Amino acid sequence: MRIGSIELTPARRTTLMRSDAVQRLLAFAALIVIVVIFSLLSPNFLQFDNVVGILLATAVNGILALGVTFVIISGSIDLSIGTVMTLSSVMTAVFITEWHMPVPVGILAGVATGALAGLVNGTLVAKLKIPSFIATLGMLNVAKGLALVVSGLKPIYFNDTPEFNRAAMGSVVGGVIPGLDIPNLVLVLFGCALVAGLILTTTVLGRFTFAMGSNEEAARLSGVNVDAWKMAVFALAGVFSGIAGVLIGARLNSAQPSLGQGYELDAIAAAVIGGTSLSGGEGSILGTVIGAFIISTLTNGLRILSVPQEWQTVVTGGIVIIAVYLDIVRRRQQQ
Amino acid sequence: MPGAVGDLLVEMDGISKDFPGVHALKECRFDLHRGEVHALVGENGAGKSTLMKILAGVYRRDAGRIRLNGVDVEIPTPRAAQLLGVSIIHQELSLMPNLTAAQNIFIGREPRRRLPFLLDEHALNENARRLFEGLHIKIEPETKVAKLAVAQQQMVEIAKALSHRAEVVIMDEPTAALTETEIDELFRIIRKLRDDGVGVVHISHRLEELKRISDRVTVMRDGQYVATVDTKDATIDQIIRMMVGRTIYEAAPEIPEVADPSVVLEVQGLSRGRAVRNVSFSLRRGEILGFAGLVGAGRTEVARAVFGADRPDTADIRVHGKAARINSPGDAVRQGIGYLSEDRKRYGLALGMDVEANIVLATLRKFLRSFGRVDVRRTHAAAQQLVERLAIKTPSLRQKVRNLSGGTQQKVVVAKWLTANTEILIFDEPTRGIDVGAKSEIYHLLNELAHQGKAIIMISSELPEILRMSHRIVVMCEGRITGELSGRDATQEQIMTYATMRPPVAKAS
Repeated sequence: MRIGSIELTPARRTTLMRSDAVQRLLAFAALIVIVVIFSLLSPNFLQFDNVVGILLATAVNGILALGVTFVIISGSIDLSIGTVMTLSSVMTAVFITEWHMPVPVGILAGVATGALAGLVNGTLVAKLKIPSFIATLGMLNVAKGLALVVSGLKPIYFNDTPEFNRAAMGSVVGGVIPGLDIPNLVLVLFGCALVAGLILTTTVLGRFTFAMGSNEEAARLSGVNVDAWKMAVFALAGVFSGIAGVLIGARLNSAQPSLGQGYELDAIAAAVIGGTSLSGGEGSILGTVIGAFIISTLTNGLRILSVPQEWQTVVTGGIVIIAVYLDIVRRRQQQ
Repeated sequence: MPGAVGDLLVEMDGISKDFPGVHALKECRFDLHRGEVHALVGENGAGKSTLMKILAGVYRRDAGRIRLNGVDVEIPTPRAAQLLGVSIIHQELSLMPNLTAAQNIFIGREPRRRLPFLLDEHALNENARRLFEGLHIKIEPETKVAKLAVAQQQMVEIAKALSHRAEVVIMDEPTAALTETEIDELFRIIRKLRDDGVGVVHISHRLEELKRISDRVTVMRDGQYVATVDTKDATIDQIIRMMVGRTIYEAAPEIPEVADPSVVLEVQGLSRGRAVRNVSFSLRRGEILGFAGLVGAGRTEVARAVFGADRPDTADIRVHGKAARINSPGDAVRQGIGYLSEDRKRYGLALGMDVEANIVLATLRKFLRSFGRVDVRRTHAAAQQLVERLAIKTPSLRQKVRNLSGGTQQKVVVAKWLTANTEILIFDEPTRGIDVGAKSEIYHLLNELAHQGKAIIMISSELPEILRMSHRIVVMCEGRITGELSGRDATQEQIMTYATMRPPVAKAS
């Protein structure tokens, strides 16, 4: 029997590049343009202190965005990351300041709180089949309320443990290279981004995250335990919220129970600007980090130019709409 | 794996399955030998896919038993089926478009590195490359599936099935979306699987294919097993007769003559992607034109394109002899075309509103007074008139449409179109979801509308209905019109033959 080699019809589509790579490139170009424009408009913009300010502002939002990137790629959404962050920072404060536990225990408690909240989200979505938008909207309010209840409506300060704040705001880099006092907080962001990137691209969890977002039913029919992995994705987002909670507590030297709501939207915006598709199956950690930097750079630059806070919000909102629209345009071209 | 060609691989016996409100399968049986291609045929809804999904662990059976290699087995999940060596290639390809070919093949079974949670991408691609080479398929393992043609995606599915060391490969209508050359290629691979001792189940609508590829044919009808025959001993006509088999003909009705045969709608060369290919037909005043074919033949797509709901690639549509530009449903309505979709609840009616509101909903602009106020007296009169004319059974015009029966709801939709002076009515599966008693009322209504001079297109998958109602019948298969019959002397067998006929590629219609 002759088994000849075959010529199958090639893909009928002309695709220039992977579409999320295009968006990542666009986002990076946009970041450069923004930096150039602001540095021309204001001599203060590229000052070292201001750059550190941008890095600090990016750290918390960036880490939240890492977590939500996984959730969005898997085809769900997590609206609770902001207030879960708050609850985590309050729990850290309760452990350290009120129960006088060692700082590392407090940090672990904060991260564990986030993980637990994420696991609950995952259970609601995967097991009870509640749409993630609704389930995590509920969690947003639950976490917000619990943070207020646990803290007794008042900020809790880390005044007994100054080393907590010092650890975050001190600079290991500055110790090695004098003058380059980049706070450790920023290193945590890059460390988390690196780990997140490795998880997304080299591990089973990352592969299934893409698989579920790409075609959940296909993943299920391929024998992937979709429910369990979905829970894992939400738990991971919770872990990142927990880390963000510990960081924001350390940075402010206090747990602020009324903070947090609204952070989720900035984080989602960062992911989307960086090329993560809200319809799932596409996205990258690098893109999300660039997205987070675009938001904080923009906010910072507008503030330096004395644009009122209200208008800063209008601008970031507009950017998100443009980013999502670009995503839709690319998708339409693909079809 | 043990076993020689010809050994009994699968035995399914007494398999029953109920879905809420439906007996999907009643005591079905099926068997498969090592190294054979066994075709499974039947009309839409005959239960072919359901039976095979039970074997593949997608559904669980309610009764019956399954033996694999002579051993009784339970197949509770797709995963269990894979472990038992049963792989299914679903009708809608179940691949993950954003992952690469290799990633898709080994999803859930990725080669790992020394740390077991880390993926070994290199080994993954190498394994996929080896699989493709074994099948003589030219696909780069690193290509994203979204970028592959449909035929190539199917090859990825087959490679995936083989990577499970599948002894049983089920293909659910694998040729539906393929071109002739691609089908040749697929059949080459199926023959190779067969020669390697795999048992292949081939679910298909295309009867002429059976002769080319299958060793045995099992026919199913209405969720029941009909017969299994050796392909070489059976003619296609015999198989068709087994497929339609039923004799629930109602007394052949008198189809009245078309009184005024002037052409109202003429469609030439309508194409839209793969779903609709070069479709041409004409529709006369007072005529009911039946559109027959299997589900997915492209009939609804034709209707939607004519109605402006989807934009066709090419089309020449003439209404009353004049070229009509129809880019939206609004354009179609202005040309006097109405479309009554299959899913009345979703597209046709506002269920929470009353009968009158629904009837005048599309034409509210005709009933306005100054300052945009609705002239309730006139809407009431118009609605009342239509309720009487169509004999809509409702206690009052204020009755919520939700509380009416399916047949009555259908009439309300018709009334809505009549207020817009619609001349051409397209009914998509007008009796779906309507109980038997109400069906004859719908039939009566269609006849009445035709008698009044409306031109009607009726899409229906029920052959007796098509035969009973149509003046003329157009049969579609895979986006093309494969035959046209006079309603007077058409038979179910003729329609079925056209509906399963793969049209010659070069044939110009």
